[in-house]
Amino acid sequence: MSLAQHLPALQVVLPLISAPLAVLSRRAGLAFLIVTAAAWTAFAIAIALWLQVDLSGPVSYPIGNWEPPWGIEYRLDRLNSFMLVLVSGMAAVVLPYSRASIEREIPQESHYLFYAMLGLCLTGLLGMSITGDAFNLFVFLEISSLSTYVLIAMGRDRRALTAAYQYLIMGSIGATFIVIGIGFLYLMTGTLNLADMVDRVARIENSRPGLAALAFITVGVSLKVALAPLHQWLPNAYTYAPSSVSAFLAATATKVALYALIRFYFTVFGDAFLFEKLPLPKMMLVLSLFAMFFANFIAIFQDNLKRLFAYSSIGQIGYITLGLSFDSIDGVAASIMHLFNHGVAKGAIFLLVGAIVARLTTRQSAPPAPGFDRIAGLARSMPWTCFGIVIGGLSLIGVPGTAGFISKWYLVLAAVDKGQWWLVGAILFSSLLAVAYVWRFVEAAYFRAPPAGREAFGEASLSLLIPAWLLVGATVWFGIDTSFTVGSAIEAAQQLVHNHK
Amino acid sequence: MLAHFSNIITVFLMVAGLFIIIARGNLIKKLIGLSLFQTSVYLLYITPGKLIGGTAPIISPQYTVYSNPLPHVLILTAIVVGVATLALGLALAVRIREAYGSIEEDEILERDHGVEAEEAKEARS
Repeated sequence: MSLAQHLPALQVVLPLISAPLAVLSRRAGLAFLIVTAAAWTAFAIAIALWLQVDLSGPVSYPIGNWEPPWGIEYRLDRLNSFMLVLVSGMAAVVLPYSRASIEREIPQESHYLFYAMLGLCLTGLLGMSITGDAFNLFVFLEISSLSTYVLIAMGRDRRALTAAYQYLIMGSIGATFIVIGIGFLYLMTGTLNLADMVDRVARIENSRPGLAALAFITVGVSLKVALAPLHQWLPNAYTYAPSSVSAFLAATATKVALYALIRFYFTVFGDAFLFEKLPLPKMMLVLSLFAMFFANFIAIFQDNLKRLFAYSSIGQIGYITLGLSFDSIDGVAASIMHLFNHGVAKGAIFLLVGAIVARLTTRQSAPPAPGFDRIAGLARSMPWTCFGIVIGGLSLIGVPGTAGFISKWYLVLAAVDKGQWWLVGAILFSSLLAVAYVWRFVEAAYFRAPPAGREAFGEASLSLLIPAWLLVGATVWFGIDTSFTVGSAIEAAQQLVHNHK
Repeated sequence: MLAHFSNIITVFLMVAGLFIIIARGNLIKKLIGLSLFQTSVYLLYITPGKLIGGTAPIISPQYTVYSNPLPHVLILTAIVVGVATLALGLALAVRIREAYGSIEEDEILERDHGVEAEEAKEARS
């Protein structure tokens, strides 16, 4: 077999190997090179796989040449090849940024461990996306979760430790719920292969264990997704984690969990059963609206920029699940688009907020909270950073010309298609809440005078700005040229939604 | 009743574990609850794999009934994950004790609120 046939395995194996190599190297520089090389290669492989799926349809790869459904199968279709591009692309951007960003956030002697953990986290997220095996999904989920807890705990503030501990407890409960659900499915169907499960689940999904499996998986995955009201772990985790970690997690971790939710709902259980016979659409609708209004509203009153955008993330997750609850091709496509567009925009914002934190940090003290008083008048000294955050913020609001507009537009179309006009109003009104919190930043950074006594400092260093502006550029690019995002999302939705009406 | 014996134990352990996580404020006790909760899942997987009268799954003309080996393999992985989670949780508890001088949740929260109030005062001044 040629190398090209082994790309699905290499996609996961390369970042996996990079982590122990980074630990063995014991030097920050070398570890950085190893993990960055692995992430960039993974990004190249993800694009190659996306093209392969684009040209010749779904790809199946038997691990160790054990034929599915006995062995573990890696299965690529429209949806997860798209996810792989998002996850590995974010890692490829965040890693070069980390090098300068962790300089003052993490003690020098544990830099190499930071890179190893980032490599493992990337492995877990890529594995979750690519695998076609239910138990394998759980294992990769735990690989990514465990490394995430470590990454969060590396923050300089001591509250990073309690945030990591809290996330460890809640994340482990979520993961255990998922295993219980998978266990029930396995007991009832006798298979762990997701594709093989489809037909067998159809026969048992109305039975009590089938419903119990659905309930456990829904709650477990929702915990990882941070779907309100299961979002308690998220604000602290994003606020106190090192800047590059906040950006990477905001852009990928919750998104991959959402992917798992879509996979279980639409592929395994099938939307015909879930959305016709169970009250699930109503439940998801209520929870999504709750997330959209409650989290966006809370975000307005936050004084710490990182915490503000963390709450905004919870709100944006509401839009994604709202699209799923429609169970139409437009709705699911809007969800998948928003998953990508929001990941890119929020990644950009967290990277730029990290640049602000780096500027505010002096060598001795712990990084200060990026509060509104500290960033007053910042646009004069850091014009590029602030302008980038504004563009990211516009995408969160959904202003035309940014990526956020495209996905919200499709979401509105899907709502109109369902005849739910009041939801159009809800989407617009909750976007106004986003206007309020983005405006708070604009007001502080552009219109307030800098506090007296703050020593003058210049623009963030280029090593921080270039990766961040790559993502800002992507936010604008995917707002104008939508062939990649919209094309992939609609085709993925067509493969997922069988409930044509 | 007796037929569901193993399931009853599983559910009892599961709920007991969850209860400890929610009801106890001590970080170590919470981790014990988490371990108990995860262990109950091992039973959930393994007990249905055993067939009464079944033998180890090595094909032989003398036997016709075999136990299912797959759950054991799965749970071996899950045990490794559980150990890793517990180890990391304990490591975090040690670091929290170093940073806060306590492993009681309410005391830690109290100390954090003190810091936040100071930060707010500092920001206003």
